[in-house]
Amino acid sequence: MPVQNEHRQATAESLTAGSRNEYLTFSLGDEDYGVDILRVREIRGWEAVTRIPNSPLYVKGVLNLRGTIVPVFDLRLRIGMPMRAYTKGTVVVVLRIVGSDGDRNIGIVVDDVSDVLSMDMAGIQRVPDFGSRLNTEFIFGMVSAGKKMIMILDVDRLAPDHGNGGSSCVRPGRNVNEEIS
Amino acid sequence: MTIDISQFHQVFFEESFEGLEIMESGLLNMDPGEVDAEEINAIFRAAHSIKGGSATFGFNDIAAFTHIMETLLDEMRDGRRQVTDKALEVLLRSVDVLREMLTASNGSGGLDEGLVKGQLQELEAVLNDRSDEPASGSDSDAGAVSTAREVIGWHLVFRPLPRMMQTGNDPLRILRELASLGDMEVEGDISLLPVFAQFDPEECYLSWNIHLKAGVDRLQIDEVFDWVEDECDLAVIPLYADARELIAAGEPAKDIIADLPSTMTVAEEPNRPDRRKNSDRRKADRRVEQRRASAAPASSSIRVDITKIDALINMVGELVITQSMLSMLSGNFHMGQVDRLRDGLAQLERHTREMQESVMQIRMLPISFTFSRFPRLVHDLSTQMGKKIELRMSGENTEVDKTVIEKIGDPLVHLVRNSLDHGIEMPDQRVAAGKPETGVVELNAFHNGGSIVIEIRDDGKGLDSDRIRRKAIEKGLIEESAKMSDQQLHELIFQPGFSTADKVNDLSGRGVGMDVVRRNINELGGNIEIESESGRGSAIIIRLPLTLAILDGQIISVGDEIYIVPLISIIESLQVRPDGINLVAGRGEVFKLRDEYLPVVRLHEVFGIEGNRAQDLKDGLLVVVEGDGRRCGILVDDLIGQQQVVIKSLEANYGRVEGVSGATILGDGSVALILDIPGIMRLTNQLPELQLVKRTA
Repeated sequence: MPVQNEHRQATAESLTAGSRNEYLTFSLGDEDYGVDILRVREIRGWEAVTRIPNSPLYVKGVLNLRGTIVPVFDLRLRIGMPMRAYTKGTVVVVLRIVGSDGDRNIGIVVDDVSDVLSMDMAGIQRVPDFGSRLNTEFIFGMVSAGKKMIMILDVDRLAPDHGNGGSSCVRPGRNVNEEIS
Repeated sequence: MTIDISQFHQVFFEESFEGLEIMESGLLNMDPGEVDAEEINAIFRAAHSIKGGSATFGFNDIAAFTHIMETLLDEMRDGRRQVTDKALEVLLRSVDVLREMLTASNGSGGLDEGLVKGQLQELEAVLNDRSDEPASGSDSDAGAVSTAREVIGWHLVFRPLPRMMQTGNDPLRILRELASLGDMEVEGDISLLPVFAQFDPEECYLSWNIHLKAGVDRLQIDEVFDWVEDECDLAVIPLYADARELIAAGEPAKDIIADLPSTMTVAEEPNRPDRRKNSDRRKADRRVEQRRASAAPASSSIRVDITKIDALINMVGELVITQSMLSMLSGNFHMGQVDRLRDGLAQLERHTREMQESVMQIRMLPISFTFSRFPRLVHDLSTQMGKKIELRMSGENTEVDKTVIEKIGDPLVHLVRNSLDHGIEMPDQRVAAGKPETGVVELNAFHNGGSIVIEIRDDGKGLDSDRIRRKAIEKGLIEESAKMSDQQLHELIFQPGFSTADKVNDLSGRGVGMDVVRRNINELGGNIEIESESGRGSAIIIRLPLTLAILDGQIISVGDEIYIVPLISIIESLQVRPDGINLVAGRGEVFKLRDEYLPVVRLHEVFGIEGNRAQDLKDGLLVVVEGDGRRCGILVDDLIGQQQVVIKSLEANYGRVEGVSGATILGDGSVALILDIPGIMRLTNQLPELQLVKRTA
């Protein structure tokens, strides 16, 4: 996807420039993740969403973001972590993602929002290769902040393929990603 | 300088087709023998724009063709030619030919060259027919290109208006272009040059007398002056072999202009402008503009009346005021101000609603854009069929959604043709039936509740129930023994492949049936009904939603989930008795609704909904729906209510979901999905057999 390549390239350039970017960090269990703050549109508490029939399990449903319909994905299920019951601290982060067919908005469900950190781009390392054991396509890189290791998400890869909610090939009454959970 | 002007082609075609509409309706409005200056000016202007545009973009055939029409119109406008029935008829046909030429140039459809030639000859015949010319008529040879005399050159008087250079036009460029046409002598006129101190470098003070010594086509000259037509005074005088002495005599240019008949390039004396004509033309211009504002080109752009935008801006202003009032109130709020808060909120609500309405207004266009083609259609068809028919239209200003305007045209043409062809009888039959000789077809549009109603009524012979019945039995659509009411029989004409026309003619039996009409209207979210009384006439009633952004929905619940069923696709809702259910091959459930067996669709199975209350059919309700011409009963837990919902796209941020046409936001801010009935029927057919077996076990 050309746009994503551009994005990666741009980030690579800033790597060498040694510039600092701000990241919104949040937790999934004991792990810490970060997203580019410029991609964050809104942070809201978890509320019940409207389920989309016959969609993959990680698609929690859609919510109303001031009149637009925004799909909400469970980040744990999306990146292959076990599901966890939602609590009062569960948060939906609404992100702007850039795809080949324009910008879209998605929401991701995360356990807890931690902080906004300013990080040196030069400190970002590539994710080691886990082969087929682990899918790391959503993780752009890792960076350490204090004692913690923060994984930076490649948000543009979170949405399913464009023009189709990932559901048209799904047979009715079943969820494809059941085996993941 | 090279500009790719092909990027303007689309605009040119759009404007030209609009121009044709204006010409057509203008011509239809004109009465023979009577010259309505405004009307004819509007027609002339439209022809003139088409000509100018086509010459600019290099469609020379169109320019040449329009030029001759224009010459004819110009003579009518100046009163040098009487408006006759024949001339109008020829002009109308020329409009058709012109439309075909434009369509062909636009890349869709071929062009019948012979047709164009024939029409040109006909036009020229009218043009050269001087029998109806008023006695005082001046010699207008100069105006007609078609004249037989050989043109050996042109005398041009080119007097730019002072402001011409400000619009980026360079007289030198024009002179150079002229020079490329052939030898010429140019004589500059510097009499208007001011004293040096008053010299404005941005104004043009010069004018030229040009002798072009080449018998080029008039069009080539016009082409050179295309861009500056409105920026200069220009006289173009053809020089004939026997008129050489005119040049030799060196007659002052001014006199030549005064003597000139008004040719296609407007020759106005700057010193004594014809005020009346000017203001007429300006009026005509404005009317053209108004027409354009209301016309919908077939592209995705939209021209919006400036008043609608102004209204919207006003509304936004009000909203801002209300908002600042409310935020001031919240600054130091105490309970004593509750009433003011309540007022403010009520105001906010009102403004928001008004704003929503005015935004919707932007998409709305008067239906006259669709209706305007019918006077012509009825005029032509009634002549062709030898019937006397009067068309009455009302409610042309009813506004409907732009998409509706674009899509309703063809179905309406079909319906009106049907009325003319099958409805209205021949004059002698009408008289014999005790009806007036002239049949009436009415086309009405009006708002009713939340929908637009379009009616096509005729006072013809009505539908022949017996014939429909016979035909339906013949085609195997109904049983011979079936008992059906007239209304049910009339419904049959919407069945695919149903035509009672005994013979195939130009108007009917071309394979475009009422089923297509119904499908088109259903696609717009509307429905169509027929009322007919034998011998008294029939009426087709089309109901369309006010806008495609809002639909009337039935809110239903299954388990904890809420869905919207478009009201337009619901036939009825009912509770079935257990003994009304039958199984097909031990699995497929059907229930009997009057004469029909309809399949049952359990929404909770199709959508994988858990916790539904209605496990058993008798506990729930069946919503009988129709989509793509098929019917089924959808099993739901409950009907909650009816509501107008604003349609929101799911695809913008997510993607297409089978069985769901969109989403909406309910009063409490939550999202509800809108069911796509044909999609659900498709899903049902793919349901894994396992589940069906499980249910029956």
